[in-house]
Amino acid sequence: MTVMEQRDAYRPTPPPAWQPRTDPAPLLPDAEPFRVLGTDAAAKADARLLHQLYAEVVRGRRYNAQATALTKQGRLAVYPSSTGQEACEVAAALVLEERDWLFPSYRDTLAAVARGLDPVQALTLLRGDWHTGYDPREHRVAPLCTPLATQLPHAVGLAHAARLKGDDVVALAMVGDGGTSEGDFHEALNFAAVWQAPVVFLVQNNGFAISVPLDKQTAAPSLAHKAVGYGMPGRLVDGNDAAAVHEVLAEAVRHARGGGGPTLVEAITYRMEAHTNADDATRYRVDAEVDAWRDHDPILLLERELTDRGLLDEEGIRAVRDDAEKMAADLRERMNQDPVLDPMDLFRDVYAEQTTQLREQAAQLRAELDAEADGTDR
Amino acid sequence: MTTVAAKPATMAQAFGRALRDAMAADPSVHVLGEDVGTLGGVFRVTDGLAKEFGDARCTDTPLAEAGILGTAVGMAMYGLRPVVEMQFDAFAYPGFEQLISHVAKMRNRTRGAMPMPLTVRVPYGGGIGGVEHHSDSSEAYYMATPGLHVVTPATVADAYGLMRAAIASDDPVIVLEPKRLYWSKDSWNPEHPTDVEPIGRAVVRRTGSSATLITYGPSVPVCMEAAEAARAEGWDLEVVDLRSLVPFDDETVSASVRRTGRAVVVHESGGFGGPGGEIAARVTERCFHHLEAPVLRVAGFDIPYPPPMLERHHLPGVDRILDAVARLQWEAGS
Repeated sequence: MTVMEQRDAYRPTPPPAWQPRTDPAPLLPDAEPFRVLGTDAAAKADARLLHQLYAEVVRGRRYNAQATALTKQGRLAVYPSSTGQEACEVAAALVLEERDWLFPSYRDTLAAVARGLDPVQALTLLRGDWHTGYDPREHRVAPLCTPLATQLPHAVGLAHAARLKGDDVVALAMVGDGGTSEGDFHEALNFAAVWQAPVVFLVQNNGFAISVPLDKQTAAPSLAHKAVGYGMPGRLVDGNDAAAVHEVLAEAVRHARGGGGPTLVEAITYRMEAHTNADDATRYRVDAEVDAWRDHDPILLLERELTDRGLLDEEGIRAVRDDAEKMAADLRERMNQDPVLDPMDLFRDVYAEQTTQLREQAAQLRAELDAEADGTDR
Repeated sequence: MTTVAAKPATMAQAFGRALRDAMAADPSVHVLGEDVGTLGGVFRVTDGLAKEFGDARCTDTPLAEAGILGTAVGMAMYGLRPVVEMQFDAFAYPGFEQLISHVAKMRNRTRGAMPMPLTVRVPYGGGIGGVEHHSDSSEAYYMATPGLHVVTPATVADAYGLMRAAIASDDPVIVLEPKRLYWSKDSWNPEHPTDVEPIGRAVVRRTGSSATLITYGPSVPVCMEAAEAARAEGWDLEVVDLRSLVPFDDETVSASVRRTGRAVVVHESGGFGGPGGEIAARVTERCFHHLEAPVLRVAGFDIPYPPPMLERHHLPGVDRILDAVARLQWEAGS
């Protein structure tokens, strides 16, 4: 055998031609965001659902306004308003069954409230009296998450665990456009797709991550396009069209519950107010842009659809607004009561069983409090 | 009754046995991490678990530490008891946000409604000739995070006991596995695993009267060797193995130092901002009037972990420990 023959004999067989594992075409989002309101599809939409969405969106708008007012009165430390994004908030809450789980970000107080949480309890994080004012298991709403995108892998893990236990549970995780740049977004989507976990990721693309616009956030054709790389479907929806968001999320939830795995939904919406009450939005955007979105307001779209089809009249509108007003008045009244805090709570629930070190520190604080009460503190 | 001579198990096998027994005892215990399934872990700690319990209970995950910890948080939220592997100390860092912002805080931020019964296994420390990013001693980061328990065994029996205790705990526990002791053996009999040790207790490994060496994990055998060598100098050293860094066993440590009047803290991680500073401060606060000399530290240098051919100069060895003991001003107390 010649040297060349020897070399050929030892040459490994080349690998088979690489085949893409999934045809990406069905995973790709449509170029245009999906819409229902103002189209023929709206005629087929369930009138009761449209009415429910309308009532909740109006309540949500009023809630946002009330919470923002509470920041001006010093009752809330901060409030990241979801004004303009109510359609996403409400649809995310209404699309879930009772046994399902919602994983909200810090801006999604409204989704938590629409899911049934006490509006005051939902605000404790932002008021500052405690981090999470509710038992997450009671309404199956995870704590409002302040670090960006870190709640997404939690949703994947929970949905995965539920499936392992044989439970028919779906997790819906909410994140903003800025959050899609975080590593946890990538890891969560990748895990979800590999495990085929019953999760729905809802990206509310509201145009800005504080001040940074979307074109500085991503070079992708859309955020929904990111799904394809993970091997899951990406869907693009008009985030101000509550009926459309509901329909797309409902389809994604059905898909997940049926064992089809995760979906990434990008809802295109707009943050009508600043990032929080502490932010100055005039530094990074112009009024004309904000005004253009006013014509595409989620309340307006629903109201137009319902009245055009004779499903809503002046009286109906008034009833919905009155109901929202009552909710706001109740929220205002309850938020104006000073919360009673026990400083000794600081040492509770750090560990299941208090450590010696924490017992010593608790005793120190107890003594300081007693001295304060006796007027003997230095 | 016939006695079957049990084959001594290595520390790695004891860790594995603890995982196996915990999984057998409680179906909610799930092991996940990179390579933990088919391969059985790069150190073979999880060897056989996927075969025995299936890949739904011992799961090879994508290569992503934040994803591993983050999904484990969600699993714990749904009532499972995940045990995650970080493969190597320095590989855990991408997962720190999950660990610090969620694993450590979830019980507290939900006012007890959502405990995190999660065990994080971190093979740590040097002395195995690993290239960079494979030999860090990251215990100070974990110790500085309220809400975490941090344990590190030095014996095969403790490896089993502490791992079982960690998995049984309703709180997150970081189990720092001293890599260079993975192949160590002692009299521990895998046929009769020892009782589960409560987390938070230190143990006196060797009694003595001249001074106390306070140490943990991979430095425990080094200190034991130093104590033997010190006898030639006429020094009778006590060795305290902390086993648990959080919670810290002030009682055992202080009692020892009060007896001996002198103390040296020994660990591999850097001295500046390291565990030794905290330990020395605690000992001084509690034992000031009993101390015949300042509490000294023998630690790794304050440098990034060195390349393997130089690591022996960095790691605290017997000589460096004995030098410190000599600096405890023996004449002053005698």
